[in-house]
Amino acid sequence: MSDVNVTLHVNGVDYPVTIGYGRNLVSVLRTEIGLTGTKEGCDDCECGACMVLLDGQPINSCSYLAGQAQGRSITTVEGVMDGAELHPLQQNLLDAGGVQCGFCTPGMIISATALLARIPDPSEEEIRIGLSGNLCRCTGYTKIIEAVARTAAEAAATPSTLAP
Amino acid sequence: MSFTIAASVDEALAALANGARPVAGGSDLVVGARHGKSPLPDAIVAIDRLAELASVDSIDGELRIGALATHAQLMDHPLVIAAATGLADACALVGSPSTRNVGTIGGNVMNSSPAMDTGAPLLVLGARVELRSATATRTVPIAELWTGPGRNIAATDELCTAIVVPSPPARSGSAYVRLEYRRAMEIAVVGAGASVSLDDDGTIGTIAVALTAVAPTIIAVTGLDHLIGGVIDESALASIATAAAAQSTPITDLRASDAYRRHCVGVMARRAVEAAHRRAAGEVISVPVNRAFGIGAAR
Repeated sequence: MSDVNVTLHVNGVDYPVTIGYGRNLVSVLRTEIGLTGTKEGCDDCECGACMVLLDGQPINSCSYLAGQAQGRSITTVEGVMDGAELHPLQQNLLDAGGVQCGFCTPGMIISATALLARIPDPSEEEIRIGLSGNLCRCTGYTKIIEAVARTAAEAAATPSTLAP
Repeated sequence: MSFTIAASVDEALAALANGARPVAGGSDLVVGARHGKSPLPDAIVAIDRLAELASVDSIDGELRIGALATHAQLMDHPLVIAAATGLADACALVGSPSTRNVGTIGGNVMNSSPAMDTGAPLLVLGARVELRSATATRTVPIAELWTGPGRNIAATDELCTAIVVPSPPARSGSAYVRLEYRRAMEIAVVGAGASVSLDDDGTIGTIAVALTAVAPTIIAVTGLDHLIGGVIDESALASIATAAAAQSTPITDLRASDAYRRHCVGVMARRAVEAAHRRAAGEVISVPVNRAFGIGAAR
């Protein structure tokens, strides 16, 4: 009675699920579909660990009803990789030391991916605003910002590397 | 318990008439429910796909903002920046990019929080709110909408479908500023919106100031008529700050004491008027004023 049937289109794959009508998207991604890259942090729409792309725009999946995603395109951090190849942003985060405990990293990658799609050559201020919904308690942000800037610079040199 | 996705406004209104509650971005509804503040409604109708409620248009000189327009959409919309700059200031301060992508102006207004950012600029701009039910449509001045924290005059079968901002007079400007402890994912500690229009000789033609998070609802500052015909100088700004503080009835909570809020809302009020006045005089101050003026956390 309180369940709804939804087909979620995640990283290019359709996942039909039957879920409680009030389930939030992060819990369905993690426990029904098994994509655990997306993290649940504050569960209060504050920290950005649960961020996914919905039709290309970053949203906090903890405060988004899974039912509302029917027919929309969802990208999680698992969908950012190109097969077994890390996305250049992921590689740069590793190289710059922008990953410590790693809990915020999936959300950071989602935010930064969306930022670079919108502004291919962001200023430091634009990077800071782009990542302002993602809390990191380890790195102090500097290395994460460096990684995003480096990714943008590399893409400017070889434009094809930013393809999602 | 049910969840449906409305394919038309009529379908959404029919669902409301049957007791369902609307969800657009979910950033108030779902967060509130998950924290036990208010349980998720038994019947939910998703209205986020109703494209006809998401457009921003200039109609007969008025700015008509669909209730589903998001903060991200409004913060850099040319029509909003031109005619309701203070609203763009407010939208640019809401949450973070991810919350601005889902949060809607209709949701912000109807959630009726006294700390909402879009309320003060809409109040000083004399906005009207369009409420539709399955059987009727009415338009109410936004000054009459809110009745208390989280409360407003809309009936449960009414949906906010649009916000209408009247055409501003020539040589006018508006602004919204807030006190914040950090630059993102913040709720206004206190805030103020202002609109100012200038007469041909540069004196004040109209002035309105509204305050955020210092009363059970967003409130308009009264008793500013003595400023009309004068200029915005130190004594005018001081009297605005005094009036704002005197008319505030703030609470003490985790984020600030009542005395601190009362003092700071005066500071915010004068800064909002200063920015609105400078915009009215033709100066371009980038959105949001908080960043342009360096108000709030340094980074």
